[in-house]
Amino acid sequence: MFLCKKKPCEVERIVKANDREYNEKFQYADNRIHTSKYSIITFLPINLFEQFQRVANAYFLFLLILQLIPEISSLTWFTTIVPLVLVITMTAVKDATDDYFRHKSDNQVNNRQSEVLIDGKLQNEKWMNVKVGDIIKLENNQFVAADLLLLSSSEPHGLCYIETAELDGETNLKVRHALSVTSELGADISRLARFDGTVVCEAPNNKLDKFVGVLSWKDSKHSLNNQKIILRGCILRNTSWCFGMVIFAGPDTKLIQNSGKTKFKRTSIDRLMNTLVLWIFGFLACLGIILAIGNSIWENQVGGQFRTFLFWNEEEKDSIFSGFLTFWSYIIILNTVVPISLYVSMEVIRLGHSYFINWDRKMYYSGKAAPAEARTTTLNEELGQIEYVFSDKTGTLTQNIMTFKKCSINGRIYGEVCDDTVQKKEITKEKEPVDFSGKPQAARSFQFFDQSLMESIKLGDPNVHEFFRLLALCHTVMSEEDSTGKLIYQVQSPDEGALVTAARNCGFIFKSRTPETITIEELGTLVTYQLLAFLDFNNIRKRMSVIVRNPAGQIKLYSKGADTILFERLHPSSEDLLCLTSDHLGEFAGEGLRTLAIAYRDLDDKYFKEWHKMLETASAAMHGRDDQISGLYEEIERDLTLLGATAIEDKLQEGVIETIASLSLASIKIWVLTGDKQETAVNIGYACNMLTEDMNDVFVIAGNTVGEVREELRKAKGSLFGQNNSVLNGHVACEKPQQLELVSVGEDTVTGDYALVINGHSLAHALESDIKNDLLELACLCKTVICCRVTPLQKAQVVELVRKHKNAVTLAIGDGANDVSMIKTAHIGVGISGQEGLQAVLASDYSFAQFKYLQRLLLVHGRWSYFRMCKFLCYFFYKNFAFTLVHFWFAFFCGFSAQTVYDQWFITLFNIVYTSLPVLAMGIFDQIALDTSYWTIINHVFIWGSIATYFSILFTMHSNGIFGMFPNQFPFIGNVRHSLTQKCIWLVILLTTVASVMPVVAFRFLKMDLHPTPTDQIRRWQKAQKKARPVRRRRPQARRSSSRRSGYAFAHQEGYGELITSGKNMRAKNPPPASGLEKPLCNSTSWLENLCKKTTDTLSSFSQEKTVKL
Amino acid sequence: MTWSAAARRAQQPDNTAFTQQRLPAWHPLLSAGIALPLFFCAGLAFLGLGLGLYYSSNAIRELEHDYTGDAAGSCTVCAAEGQGRAPPPRCLCAWHFTLAERFPGPVYLYYELTDFYQNNRRYSVSRDNAQLSGLPDSLRHPTNECAPYQFARGLPVAPCGAIANSLFNDTFTLWHQRQPGAPYVEVPLDRAAIAWWTDYHVKFRNPPLVNGSLALAFQGTAPPPNWPRPVYELSPDPNNTGFVNQDFVVWMRTAALPTFRKLYARIRQGNYSAGLPSGAYRVDIAYNYPVRTFGGHKLLVFSNVSWMGGKNPFLGIAYLVVGSLCIVVGFVMLAVYIRYQDQDDDNDNDEE
Repeated sequence: MFLCKKKPCEVERIVKANDREYNEKFQYADNRIHTSKYSIITFLPINLFEQFQRVANAYFLFLLILQLIPEISSLTWFTTIVPLVLVITMTAVKDATDDYFRHKSDNQVNNRQSEVLIDGKLQNEKWMNVKVGDIIKLENNQFVAADLLLLSSSEPHGLCYIETAELDGETNLKVRHALSVTSELGADISRLARFDGTVVCEAPNNKLDKFVGVLSWKDSKHSLNNQKIILRGCILRNTSWCFGMVIFAGPDTKLIQNSGKTKFKRTSIDRLMNTLVLWIFGFLACLGIILAIGNSIWENQVGGQFRTFLFWNEEEKDSIFSGFLTFWSYIIILNTVVPISLYVSMEVIRLGHSYFINWDRKMYYSGKAAPAEARTTTLNEELGQIEYVFSDKTGTLTQNIMTFKKCSINGRIYGEVCDDTVQKKEITKEKEPVDFSGKPQAARSFQFFDQSLMESIKLGDPNVHEFFRLLALCHTVMSEEDSTGKLIYQVQSPDEGALVTAARNCGFIFKSRTPETITIEELGTLVTYQLLAFLDFNNIRKRMSVIVRNPAGQIKLYSKGADTILFERLHPSSEDLLCLTSDHLGEFAGEGLRTLAIAYRDLDDKYFKEWHKMLETASAAMHGRDDQISGLYEEIERDLTLLGATAIEDKLQEGVIETIASLSLASIKIWVLTGDKQETAVNIGYACNMLTEDMNDVFVIAGNTVGEVREELRKAKGSLFGQNNSVLNGHVACEKPQQLELVSVGEDTVTGDYALVINGHSLAHALESDIKNDLLELACLCKTVICCRVTPLQKAQVVELVRKHKNAVTLAIGDGANDVSMIKTAHIGVGISGQEGLQAVLASDYSFAQFKYLQRLLLVHGRWSYFRMCKFLCYFFYKNFAFTLVHFWFAFFCGFSAQTVYDQWFITLFNIVYTSLPVLAMGIFDQIALDTSYWTIINHVFIWGSIATYFSILFTMHSNGIFGMFPNQFPFIGNVRHSLTQKCIWLVILLTTVASVMPVVAFRFLKMDLHPTPTDQIRRWQKAQKKARPVRRRRPQARRSSSRRSGYAFAHQEGYGELITSGKNMRAKNPPPASGLEKPLCNSTSWLENLCKKTTDTLSSFSQEKTVKL
Repeated sequence: MTWSAAARRAQQPDNTAFTQQRLPAWHPLLSAGIALPLFFCAGLAFLGLGLGLYYSSNAIRELEHDYTGDAAGSCTVCAAEGQGRAPPPRCLCAWHFTLAERFPGPVYLYYELTDFYQNNRRYSVSRDNAQLSGLPDSLRHPTNECAPYQFARGLPVAPCGAIANSLFNDTFTLWHQRQPGAPYVEVPLDRAAIAWWTDYHVKFRNPPLVNGSLALAFQGTAPPPNWPRPVYELSPDPNNTGFVNQDFVVWMRTAALPTFRKLYARIRQGNYSAGLPSGAYRVDIAYNYPVRTFGGHKLLVFSNVSWMGGKNPFLGIAYLVVGSLCIVVGFVMLAVYIRYQDQDDDNDNDEE
């Protein structure tokens, strides 16, 4: 985006490896990122320019100029310049500190170290010095510094695993693989240094899942796609090292391109202020005109006769002209109605509120030692007006930890903690978890609370054994032993990790695998199974199976998958168990657990051989291969025997349910926007009570074309409004006028709770076409909205949609880089801190460690800020108007001559010294929504301090000494002495005070009796029963067991089965035999292509699912 | 809701009342027990104060005479003579009045001008405080605000500006006739300390004398155009001439409203220290100051003072009004309170 300004837009990028001189010709951006606005030199001009763009500041500059004209100047220049300079300095200091911190964080990122291949040597280089075309080395668990073309890696075949959670929020590992020509380079520095391939590729863009390019090297061309690219923001996992060539750096990287523009956020109070200031200008002009007319008349009637004493300048003889001059003079005098110090005071108040947020121990998370942080100090009161919260799922609502919670084996539930579900939590603490410490390979973190399961295992229940055997065999996990001999699992989806770990803790330990075998330790004895076939997972099949031969020679098919799918393929003999298990599954699903059904089938040798043969021919088929294969899979995966079901908890963050409940009570709508799969998202919806069984309907929009989406939306709306409307809405043409009507009446007429689940693909159509309004309308009528499989940009678009068309204040909360754009788009962005990546936090306005703190941020800090700010504004305007309008009154006595009542120093200091602090103190410390009802010591200090300040300044200015020094500036000598000794003065002060306070007190008193506000009632009630404890909030209702048919959700990706059977991801322990070398090589391209194809298919096939009623 | 009780760490915010917004605070709750007595007490106090003020203000005697010359009186002639002539000719006239009873002292003599806009901005800025404080530099270089009375005939005007130029120059002498037929005796007018002490001693200073002569100090300056004589000849008394002339100093303290009184003299000497005894009086007026051109009036005022200053019935009335309003509102509040308190009690009972 910066690039395009400097030079014509890049159409195509040409990068040559290891050749900085060549690449410099193109002036590609380097890897330095800038989020800061100023440098030391540009600070003053840019900042001043920005500040004078503010209406008030510009206005005061204008006033200053007016005051330099002697005919007009009714006040001396210092009355304006003192506040103006003060205001501008304070703002500048604040801007400078803000920018300093941005510089600091930029520096931190820019100074991260990475290993770069320079002059044939690996050298440590700062990130910012990395240039396009450089070859850099990454190590395990490192952040990727720039968008790289993967050249080679520690894993065989140039594979590497990356975690893209920062980019798209998906938690499963992704595979990237180098071109075979480059992967041969390995870690050979000298060969890598000689690598001089040229990449011609697309210009920088923000599409995360697309890359097109060509690598020319050694007279041959290799096409490049997204599978060969590692993007900045990813983390290298399970790969000890890899080498990559920088294609896009710094601002050109897809991460930064995706992060959207940093918009200057303003609060609605700011906007209100701007309009108010405009109105005040109008008011001021009116006053000026009235007084100018008065002056003209006066000059005409009285002033003309008064000429003996009041000279007339020759050029001023015209009374009209005199009126004109008077207009400007009064504009100067009455300038205090336009509150210049207001902006500064508001900033100070917000700063104070921000510190309260930072200091709040109730928002401090001891687990990560992370206090809450208000990163933007100008938005606090907006927090009190939030109507929509857009939340990310992974890492925000959930902890991204999967735990094996329950299982149902052969009709019996294990893992039910206790019968008394109401006090589940306390029991959890009391009850000892099952002790796994006896087992050397048990994972420490695993906890399971049901002893009966262990007993069943000990008793040797064959079903239980088979159940765990299946869990240990049917998966795509890779195992590794670290230096201490401990088993480490590399999982591509956390669900599988949870299952395999559960099996491991129950004595069925998955040890290792080769492409042909799986070795597990069954209750102490090592058993090696022969892996005959791997029936991979995909989104249509929703299941995966392995076919193994056990040492006894039996062939077994083990299958796990969605209950809905698996139950259809059971052997009739399992019918009874099916009913029972299905009940259990319903129960699990109702608790928001992710469920999988588990089944097996004994195969006879002959049948399998036949089938295997068919599979081989099908695999070799030229066309329709996939169909044939899936047909064969269907064929063998039937007549299964049900074993049971597993239930995995996608652990929610602490307090999520309660937070969501109380936010909903405050009529804040929460939308979940996640890059994750639909099932996963829906599951979480149920888990945190956003979706409930009580809901009248859950609409699922998963259409793949504009037409489908429109149809689905219409159908959903139809069922919302009943039959009549849906008939009317038959045509697009007649839809438009109707819409407006519906939007206006809609929200009242719809009864019952509805929820909307929309898919990323459908969302893309819905957002880009005319059905945007349909979507918005429907979504706003629904209690819960879940958008799944959305890209970072779509997240931002959804937020923008609501922000624009609903005119509502929005908040986006997220933890990863994929949330950055939405965080920046929303009125308020909140980042979850304490995670590895910092992007979300850096882009956010507020950050804290736990989702549950949102409640306190919005309902306590936000609410208080809003009330304080409103009260502050009222007070501020009141005092300024009271102060200034005296001059309007006085004009009628002084011949409209713009004579001031107060001395000029009083005018200068009134706003910024005498009266600012008490109002400020109220704005910062007040706690309840009424008038200053909360008098802390600080309020007292400020109020009495201000009065003291006033008098000390007054006495100083009216003293002999200062008159001696500046007789023309301080001609007030003696005034104080003479006036304050007059008893009348004190009597008038007493009278005014009482006369101005009494009406307010009376009004409040009467209002409290006639229309008590909730606060009044609470306070009265508190007073009445000081001893009684406040009512305790009722615990959220225990979740009822549900009628949901399936809680199936599986964060799994297709293609790993093939990886395993081909052995491509197996670490070569011995050099591969020479004979076997050729086969994988010629084969490798095909499976890799397959893999890529399938990942792209995943998306489309997924969305083809019809609107399934959940 | 319970928030996790966190272990103390370096990053953890301090647990102080200030940072956690738990500062001890006073929550004034407008309960009937506070508000109602407050209103009644304040009301009664104000009524009392108001009555006191009203009566003491009423006890002040004032004697006014408009000598502009519009109506019948000896000044009519002077007014007619001065019509249209600038500067008006010197003219003498008199005001006769009789006091049936003693006018209690101390008596102050004021002159009052009406519709004279001393508060007009262009008028009131037209002065140079630095010059008036005796700075020699400012004497020669009056500030620009004084224009067009900044320079006259090429010389700097001293004192410069419109205020000084329009110095009130009527003079008065008071004569008392004890018995009818007896000769008029001049009543001594104490004109010494009529200006503020600070004005006379600090704010207004003559420029340093040259060879012991004030006239030399002012050499090279011109008097304001309306003045018949230079500033150093305002009075023969060396302590009352130049910038420190008391009349001048009084005049230079400009009035805030277009109708204003300025102190001319106190009567507190000799037989008159306790007030003006009964008898016939005559005020001889040197009628110089033209006010008829702009429709203004000149008045002479004899007045005495009370503990709270000059005559000011407004303050007393304002106190009375506010006091009674407080009591009325107090009764309204009481009525409302009694009515709704019953309801609240009922509601509370229902809830329990």
